[in-house]
Amino acid sequence: MDVRKCECGHTNPVGTMLCESCGKPVDFQESGQPEQAAFPDMRYEGMARRSQTYSRTIIDRIWNFFSSVKIAIALILITLIASAVGTIFPQQDYIPVPVSTEADIARFYGETYGKIGEIYYALGFHNLYSSWWFKTLLVFIGTSLVICSLDRVIPLYKALSRPRLNQHLSFLKGQKLYGNSPEEASIDPAAALPAAADFLARKGYRLFREENALLAEKARFSRWGPYINHIGLIIFLFGVLLRSIPGFYLDQFVWVREGQTVSIPETPYYVKNVAYKTEYWDESEMPEKLNLNGGAIPKTYQTDAVLYVNKNADLPGAKPELAEVAKGPILVNHPMIYEDLAIYQSGVKEMELGALNFAVLDRKAGNKQVGSLKLDLYAPQTEQQVAEGITVRVLDYFPDFVMGNDGKPATKTNQPNNPMFALEIASAEGVKEKLVYVSGTVISDSKDPRYALEVKMPDFIDISGLMVRKDKAVPVIYFGALIFMVGVVMGTYWQHRRIWVQWENGRLHLAGHTNKNWFGLRKEMELLIAKMNWPVTLVQKGKS
Amino acid sequence: MITISNWLLNAAFILYVCSSILFVVAVTGKQWSGRDPREHERRFGGLAYILAVIGFLSHAGYIVTRWIASGHSPTSNMFEFMAFLDFCIIFAYLILYRIYRLTVLGAFVIPLGILMLGYAYVFPKEATPLIPALQSYWLQIHVTTAALGEGILSVGFAAGLMYLVRTVPQQGKSRANLWLEIVLSVVLMLVGFIVLDSTFSRLDQNTVFQLPTQQMTNTGQVVNQQVTYTLPAIVAPAGATIVKQGPMNPLMEAPTWMEGKDAARKLNTMIWSILSGLVLYGGLRLLVRKRLGAALQRTVEGIEPELLDEISYRAIAIGYPVFTLGALIFAMIWAEEAWGRFWGWDPKETWAFIVWLFYSAYLHLRLSRGWVGEKSAWMSVIGFVIILITLVVVNLVIAGLHSYAGV
Ligand code: HEM
Repeated sequence: MDVRKCECGHTNPVGTMLCESCGKPVDFQESGQPEQAAFPDMRYEGMARRSQTYSRTIIDRIWNFFSSVKIAIALILITLIASAVGTIFPQQDYIPVPVSTEADIARFYGETYGKIGEIYYALGFHNLYSSWWFKTLLVFIGTSLVICSLDRVIPLYKALSRPRLNQHLSFLKGQKLYGNSPEEASIDPAAALPAAADFLARKGYRLFREENALLAEKARFSRWGPYINHIGLIIFLFGVLLRSIPGFYLDQFVWVREGQTVSIPETPYYVKNVAYKTEYWDESEMPEKLNLNGGAIPKTYQTDAVLYVNKNADLPGAKPELAEVAKGPILVNHPMIYEDLAIYQSGVKEMELGALNFAVLDRKAGNKQVGSLKLDLYAPQTEQQVAEGITVRVLDYFPDFVMGNDGKPATKTNQPNNPMFALEIASAEGVKEKLVYVSGTVISDSKDPRYALEVKMPDFIDISGLMVRKDKAVPVIYFGALIFMVGVVMGTYWQHRRIWVQWENGRLHLAGHTNKNWFGLRKEMELLIAKMNWPVTLVQKGKS
Repeated sequence: MITISNWLLNAAFILYVCSSILFVVAVTGKQWSGRDPREHERRFGGLAYILAVIGFLSHAGYIVTRWIASGHSPTSNMFEFMAFLDFCIIFAYLILYRIYRLTVLGAFVIPLGILMLGYAYVFPKEATPLIPALQSYWLQIHVTTAALGEGILSVGFAAGLMYLVRTVPQQGKSRANLWLEIVLSVVLMLVGFIVLDSTFSRLDQNTVFQLPTQQMTNTGQVVNQQVTYTLPAIVAPAGATIVKQGPMNPLMEAPTWMEGKDAARKLNTMIWSILSGLVLYGGLRLLVRKRLGAALQRTVEGIEPELLDEISYRAIAIGYPVFTLGALIFAMIWAEEAWGRFWGWDPKETWAFIVWLFYSAYLHLRLSRGWVGEKSAWMSVIGFVIILITLVVVNLVIAGLHSYAGV
């Protein structure tokens, strides 16, 4: 049997609990239960809902699982607890030392937090938010949002769009808030109903009238709030998913020395660091005298940068041809934006060695300075003339010098943390002398060298760390957030209320329904009763 | 300017104290002989409300003057933030009072406000210029809106607590009244902490320890780290030696697994807070000779429990969207602008997310599963605890990108 016929003659779809036409509970006779226990939840006014109707096939079961609010709450609470667990120790992204290998990371948690740290690491909680099971939780919440909305949206539409007027008495009696007048009460329905309508209209209610029945309704739209906010969440989660599509999301980091131009990986762009500066707050700018213990409070971190695009980016092997597309300062909180690319000031290495400076002395001429030598640590010239007839050649350069296991010099990284140079000085007469610079001293090869190098103040440079991001999903995410807000405000700042006043069998019947804030509704109806002077006492079923 | 602003804040504090005393008189003095209870409540309640409003205006004056003086919204360190949060709590109270006109609400919310403001005073009060990361108007919008949301949710807690005080039966023992006593004693621990800290920081009875760990100073020297306790030392840091003797000798050392320079000091503070809270609790119980819940119950007698339930729910329903907007959406916009990512699972962000999830669960339970009354009131209490964890524990214990310097 796919349809049910009510005694009023209306044919209802399967799963309907209150006759769509007269409002009489549909299956009282069949269930045989006492009236009040069997009266259905009024939220959807007894309209058929898929999840409440079918539970046979596996699809039905899955549908019912995801449309259940109980499950939704469980998912929310599990996510909550998991999120909290992830903050017990720092996530891998936030551990203080930049560690590289998996073993280093494991050691970090073990050494810093002891046994618990080891367990934390072993369970994968150091990357909790990107773990498969955390993502699964979020996907489940998303699925649940979609299914629960689909399950409820049509019944809700039906419940809202056809205000029930002049319903079967059992409909009114079944409401949570109900009261009637004694039979002998002297109420004139022809006067009572218009007066009530008048009162409720002044309270901002919308009125539906029939001869002996009145329905007053308020803020129906607020019932759509939860659906709109859930759609907002769905859009939001969709935006988050979008970011895993290639091209939607880019996350790069480059270190750029002052004066240097570097290519931004995975893009046709190049960025140049024209100059970097850190400024500190001056005492005169401070609102109050502070005891800073000789420290200072930074005011700006700023890189003046130029962004170029490589016009030959699509031609493999072609020489880059750079064209300037944007120029200006990059500050913390004020990224440089070009089309969908954003460049953020996000780190700095200040006062790094940029070049070594030396004075070239002629010992034979009483240590007279004959010239000066600059060794650029990032791009040393192989040969330079320091004075008339005197040239210096770089034979070997190790930016981050270590003695290798094989006894040969080597470099640990290509950062000039501990530069070592092997040099050769050739005089006009063609005499060649070899020199080695390491750790601030210069050692000569020959026993009685003619030339010596005196170490001078090196050049320091600032290296700016720039983060480059592209996130095409951000507008989608913001849009989802906006829709969420609209929905939440609709749903929480207004409440849907319906009040029925009906004259039948010589009694006045009053019933009320709301989806929240029963207390307020009761107060409002009590005020109505008091104003109208009706001998009616409201009874609220169940807990308030 | 800063001096004026500090004065205004002190004035607000004193006014709130007077206002709460009057509120308590208004609700407990109704049965005093020879008085018309209704008239009594109206007179004293009205006066208390007026004092609260003047206190609020003075508090607003503090915010405006400090804002002008420092050039940014006064939300950039723990002191400023807590003082601002307190402002939001009072603001939310004034709104809800306008809707419901319930005198006794003030008798609960204003003391909560005093507590928060007292807590603010524990932190260093200097107005500092902003470091680059904090120089963003989005940040200011984010923090102020989030604080407003938290303030409104806190009023939801106060009303929820009132509901529990009103309805939890005080005859015989039950789980509910045990928990209620626990909640009240935790509140007293906070009171104890504030009183002790402010007393001892005035007395200047510091104990200074030298730690075995080393640290580099601004001038590049390597020295042993030192820790200064304002409160007398019960637990010393592991392996530390005393440099400056305080009022008492430490009774024990902190366990060695407690890492970090300040861990032992925090433990010491915690022990003092718990002890002082228990002493206060014991003292009060001796004084009233019954459970504190039972003593408080008198203040809310005669109020419909449904009204309290409704106020608690309304506060949460109003606060939830504000919190979402401020603590999550504006936070994302700012994070996107400052760090190029709208979300990064930083502990502070994560805890804001947890608060939000919790209140989402609250709304679902209430709307769809009929959790009203007592269950709902307990949820509002737990919610407030989670907010406090977010504001206090995460800032002071779990250091993240947002952590404020301070105690
Ligand atoms: C983190 C995820 C979620 C959030 C933040 C959220 C948020 C909300 C909010 C704020 C409300 C109350 C709206 C109002 O008072 O007008 C609400 C109601 C509701 N939510 Fe959710 N929700 C989430 C997930 C879900 C899921 C997964 C389901 C699926 C079963 C669900 C089902 C419902 C239902 C049935 C209502 C009540 C609608 C009504 O009574 O009219 N929610 N949700």
